[in-house]
Amino acid sequence: MSDTGLVLKDVYRIFPGDVTAVSDVNLEIANGEYVVFLGPSGCGKTTTLRIIAGHDEPSSGTVTIDGELMNGVSPAKRPITTVFQHYALFPHKSVLNNVAFGLKMQGVDKAERETQAKAAIELVGLTKFMDRKPRELSGGQQQRVALARVLVTRPKAILLDEPLGGLDRLLQMKMRVELRALQRELGITFIHVTHNQEEALSMADRIVVMGDAIVQQVGTPEHLARHPRNEFVASFMGDNNVFHGTVSGSNGGNVIIDTDYGKVEVEGSAASGSTASMAIRAAAVKISTDAAPATNGVRVRLDFAEYLGDSVKLHMDLDGKPFIAKVPEDRYAEVRALEGKDVTATWAAEDGHLLEQ
Amino acid sequence: MTIIWYLVALAIIAIPFAAMVFLPINKSKPILLVFFLLFIVFMYGPMLTMGVLSLQGTTGSMTLPAKELFSFHWYSELQSTSSVMVSVRQGISKSLWLSLIVAVITAILSLTLGMAFRRAFRGSGILFYAILLSLMTPGLLLSLGLSFLLYYAGIAKGEGTVGYLPIIGVQAVWALPFGFLVMMSVFNRYDARAEEAARDLGASSVRTFREVTLPLIWTGVFGAGLFGFTLALNEFERTFLVSGSIITLPLQLYIITSSSVLRPYVYSLGVVTILISFLLIALFLVVSAVTGRKTTRAIEDDDGGSMNTSAMQAAPSGD
Repeated sequence: MSDTGLVLKDVYRIFPGDVTAVSDVNLEIANGEYVVFLGPSGCGKTTTLRIIAGHDEPSSGTVTIDGELMNGVSPAKRPITTVFQHYALFPHKSVLNNVAFGLKMQGVDKAERETQAKAAIELVGLTKFMDRKPRELSGGQQQRVALARVLVTRPKAILLDEPLGGLDRLLQMKMRVELRALQRELGITFIHVTHNQEEALSMADRIVVMGDAIVQQVGTPEHLARHPRNEFVASFMGDNNVFHGTVSGSNGGNVIIDTDYGKVEVEGSAASGSTASMAIRAAAVKISTDAAPATNGVRVRLDFAEYLGDSVKLHMDLDGKPFIAKVPEDRYAEVRALEGKDVTATWAAEDGHLLEQ
Repeated sequence: MTIIWYLVALAIIAIPFAAMVFLPINKSKPILLVFFLLFIVFMYGPMLTMGVLSLQGTTGSMTLPAKELFSFHWYSELQSTSSVMVSVRQGISKSLWLSLIVAVITAILSLTLGMAFRRAFRGSGILFYAILLSLMTPGLLLSLGLSFLLYYAGIAKGEGTVGYLPIIGVQAVWALPFGFLVMMSVFNRYDARAEEAARDLGASSVRTFREVTLPLIWTGVFGAGLFGFTLALNEFERTFLVSGSIITLPLQLYIITSSSVLRPYVYSLGVVTILISFLLIALFLVVSAVTGRKTTRAIEDDDGGSMNTSAMQAAPSGD
C-alpha cells in the first residue's frame, strides 16, 4: 500500500436496512492526479466521495491520506475539502467572506486571510464581484466562488460533487477546460464525481467506473473507451455494441462466438461451449453496401444519421435491436442518402473486445 | 325573523364560493374583491371605531356618535394620578416586562426544539403533538389546575418575585407551540448543505452554529420571540387564576370593565396597546428587511471572465 496519496482499502458502506451503497472499494489515488468517479445515479459514487470527505464513515475498511488513517477524523480535520453539488455557498456572506471562511476557521488573522482570499478570487476571475452575495451571481460564478473557497485552504485534495451539473452546456465545456488547467497548474489532487461520460473522458487522468455499489473498472479515458472490462462498462460508456453468444471454437489467437446475428471473431480465449459477450466500438464499425461477410459483419437497417459536427452517428436496427456506428463527418451526405435502407456493418477482429462475464 | 338572518349568513358564505366555482376568473374576481373588502372592514372596523372614540373631548361617550372630535383628552387622562390610572400604568409596565421575558423564553425554547426536530428521533412524532396539545387545552382549565397545584404545594400565589414564575410558565406554554411551528417551517425551508460546507472547511459544531446556522435562521427565532411577546401581552385566561395579586394589563382591563364606570380612556388605552404591537411588528419587518436585503443588481451573464491563469503564480497553491 502506498504511503503517499489517498488510499481506500476494502471500503464498504451498508446503510440501515441492509442497503449496500458501497462494496469492496480498493483504490490508490496519487497526489496530483485528476480522478473522476463515473457512474449512474445510486451507484455509490457520491457515498464514496462523502466517505473520503468524512461526511460519512465506512461500515468497514480504511481511508488513509499520505499514510495517515482518516477513519473517525471529522471533515473539519481532514486535509481535503469539497466543492458541493449545489456549491453550498453561505448565502448571508459576501464572496470575499465566503472565500475567507476556511482561513478564518484556521485562525488566520483578518488582514492575512483577506489577502489570501483576494488572491484566490482573482485566480477564479471574480475580483469585481468580491462584495456581492452568492444570490447576486450566476451559476458559473457561484461555482467559481465554491472553487476559490476550497482552494484558499490549500487542501491536499479537492473533492468535486457533480461540479458542472448545474451549468448549461456551453459553460460546462468552458469550465471543463478551466478546471483541468487549474488542476494542472496547482498540482492538487482532484476527485470529481459525475454521471456524464463525456465529462469524465474529457477531464480525467483516470476514471473509476462505479455501478451497483462496486468499482466496475479503473483506467485512463482511452483505456476505458477501447477496453471496457464488462458489459456494464461497455454500455455505460456508450458508443459500444454488445453481442452475446456461445463460444464455438478458436482461430489462432481469436475466439469464435456464435451469436443470434451470426459468427463473430474476437481476440482472446474462452472454453468452447461457454457463454461469452463481446463489444465493438461504434467508431470501429464500417458501413458499406457490400454483402455481409461470414464473420464480423451484420446486415442492419440505417434509421437515422445524426450529425455531430466532427462525426456522424448512425442509429441502426439489427432485427429490432439498436446498433450504432460512427463515421467521419465528410461522409454525411453519403450516409444520409442511405437512411431507411439496409446496409452492411463490418469490423476487424482486433477492434472487437471480449467482455468478462 | 331569525330565519332571515340565517339565510343572510348562508348567502355570505355561499356567494363567494359559488362565484369562485361557477364563474370564469375575470368575472368572479370583482365579486371576491367585494367580499374581501367586507372581511377587512369586519376585521379592522372595530379598531377604527375605537380609534375615533378615543379622540373625543371631555364629554365623550362610550358609544357612537363621537363627541367633540378631535382631542387628546383621554390620552392625557392615561397619565392622571387617579388610582385607576396608576394601576393601569403599573399593569402596562408589568405586562411589558413579563412579555419580554416570555418572548426570550419562547425564542430560545423554539430554537432548541426546532434544532432537535431537524432529525427524527425516537418519540419525535408523539412529542410533536404533545407540544401542539397546549394549543387545544382550554386556558382557564390549565390556569385552574396550576392554581390547585400551587395550593397543594403550599406556594402562595402572586407573592414576591417567585409569584411571577407561574405566570411566565403558563404564558410561555401558551406561546411555545406558535414559536415552535415558526421554527419548524424555518427549518423546513432551510438548506443544511451550507453547514456541511462549513464543517468541511474546518468549522467546529459551535462555530458552524454561530457562523452559518444562526445567521440564516435568526429572523425565524426573532419571529418566534415576537409571537411570545404578543401572545403574552394579550394573555388572560391562563394568567387569570395563577396571578394572585399581580395584575397584568389584560387583568386590569377586565377589572375596569367589570367594576367601574367606563370612560373613553379605555379606548385610548386600547389604541396605545395596539400601537405597541404595531411598533413591534414594524420593528420585525425592518429587521428582516435589513438582514434579508435584496439588492436589485441584475445578475450579469456569465461574464465573470475566465480563471485567471496569469494570476496562477499568485495562487494559494502552497509553496
